[in-house]
Amino acid sequence: MTDTRVVLVDDHQMFRTGVKAELGASIEIVGEAGDVDEAVTVIKAAEPDVVLLDVHLPGGGGIEVLRRLHGTVQSRFLALSVSDAAEDVIGVVRGGARGYVTKTISGPELTDAIGRVAEGDAVFSPRLAGFVLDAFAASDAPAVDPELDQLTQREREVLRLIARGYAYKEIAKELFISVKTVETHVSSVLRKLQLSNRHELSRWAAARRLV
Amino acid sequence: MTGHAVPDAPVAARLVRRADGRLVAGVCRGLSAHLGVDTLIIRAAFVLLTMASGLGVAAYAAFWVLVPSEDHGTADADDVAGAMEEGTAVRPRRGRRDWGQLLAYTAVAGGLATLSASSGLIQGALWPFIAGGIGAAILWQQADRDQRQRWVGLTRIPLRQMWLRSVLGLILVVGGIAGFVAQQVEPAQASSVLIATLVILTGVAVIVTPWVVRLWQDLDAERHERIRSQERAELAAHVHDSVLHTLTLIQRNAADPREVQRLARSQERTLRSWLYQPKADPDQTFAAAVREIAGEVEDDHGVPIEVVCVGDTMLDERLGAALQAAREAMVNAAKYAEAPSVSVYAEVEGDEVAIFVRDRGKGFDPDAIPADRMGVRGSIIGRMERNGGKATVRTAPGEGTEVRLEIKKS
Repeated sequence: MTDTRVVLVDDHQMFRTGVKAELGASIEIVGEAGDVDEAVTVIKAAEPDVVLLDVHLPGGGGIEVLRRLHGTVQSRFLALSVSDAAEDVIGVVRGGARGYVTKTISGPELTDAIGRVAEGDAVFSPRLAGFVLDAFAASDAPAVDPELDQLTQREREVLRLIARGYAYKEIAKELFISVKTVETHVSSVLRKLQLSNRHELSRWAAARRLV
Repeated sequence: MTGHAVPDAPVAARLVRRADGRLVAGVCRGLSAHLGVDTLIIRAAFVLLTMASGLGVAAYAAFWVLVPSEDHGTADADDVAGAMEEGTAVRPRRGRRDWGQLLAYTAVAGGLATLSASSGLIQGALWPFIAGGIGAAILWQQADRDQRQRWVGLTRIPLRQMWLRSVLGLILVVGGIAGFVAQQVEPAQASSVLIATLVILTGVAVIVTPWVVRLWQDLDAERHERIRSQERAELAAHVHDSVLHTLTLIQRNAADPREVQRLARSQERTLRSWLYQPKADPDQTFAAAVREIAGEVEDDHGVPIEVVCVGDTMLDERLGAALQAAREAMVNAAKYAEAPSVSVYAEVEGDEVAIFVRDRGKGFDPDAIPADRMGVRGSIIGRMERNGGKATVRTAPGEGTEVRLEIKKS
């Protein structure tokens, strides 16, 4: 198996150095960037498999990078943040990131998450899972498109286990399904999260911040 | 009307209307304190002046309007000290009015006014002025009060009362002016006088408007600036109280990695909740209470506890019991599991409330717990069952532990 080529986008040099030191041997860092403009240039030039994208960046934030690169590169994005704000998290995932992890994540876990995103799967932290459950439960209004606007019972169970701190392997064991099926469920939740037009989602996320 | 009094008008900063021992608005009390003359003499002067075409009333009204009342400025000791220099005892503020005395003065003034009126001394022309003056006083006082409220942020007067006062003031002023016009102008000339007045008013409006608008904008800008600087001050205070304090503590404890980690975690949590969490009261809502408990356990035992909450509800007695059990479970996980971190997931779905406390630590054999160890059996399982809930402990040596608490809202 070839190495996963990764570009690291974060405005803190110290953090980039730390991440580089922690990542496993299967990962090759092919570029780094500290702000939005630099990130766009570097990612276009390097065309990495995965971009580790900080949510808060000078020049518009991770979401701006996603917007400008939309449709131009094949790279997949994994959002990385210290922020716990629902607005940031939901925003960047709806902007196209395939997952979201907090910066407190350990080296091996991050390596694992990058591998998963590289293969096209989604990565949910417990907190993101909690946000999604909350957001999809929040509405009393009937769903416009049930296919996209509601979670299935199974997806809900998977998310709940992620929120409880279970790893995919543990979820598979708990629900008597394969790890692959768990991944399918999570990817499907991600798709709904990104494509659902329910304006409640954004409104919900914004409201959490305002109160 | 105010013209009568302007020469004597209070330019001296110390002249204030005294709230203590006042009869009407404290004008005489203020003047006496200011001039060093006995209050009685001043009052008598005003009453006597009433005879001269009601000048006493007019002058009093003018003072009332123009002289700030004591509680305006005397909050600072300056004025109190001033009053003392002038030989007046500082009495408790807002002394009660002596209604009897007020009645006496009014009767005397009224009598004199009637006397002068019956002897043809009073000129009917004065009454419009008096009406207008009272109206203006009401309006000015109203504006004054609004301003004060805005600065001090006191509780507002009911809107209706404000309207009532403003309308009353306006009616009096307009009525006064109309009365004057009606008296002085021949009916035939009334229309041309009206037109002339309108022209003049328009002219004044044209001249004054830009200035007023400018003043208004300046005031607005100033208010915004003040709000901003207040926010900055609040932020600075927060950073100072918490962040800088913690950084200092971290430097002092640099030799103790466990303590450093605990301090950093605790500060991170505080800062996060300050920045991102909706402000909720841990005494009232479930999710906030879970977060608070996790924070306390984390502080006490130095093991990071990750909390995820879905949904929320108001606290009640049963949930309180579940929270106690959850705390116990968190403490056990932090103390005995030897896990790097603990996950807590709390969920409210309709009436059902569930809390999961999970660690990937060493686990234990549930059958091997000695009967006298109260932790799990008493504080967790027993407590939940007593309150109509359920607690399940899932664990095995080497597999970590998950405590699951379920209860219905009461």
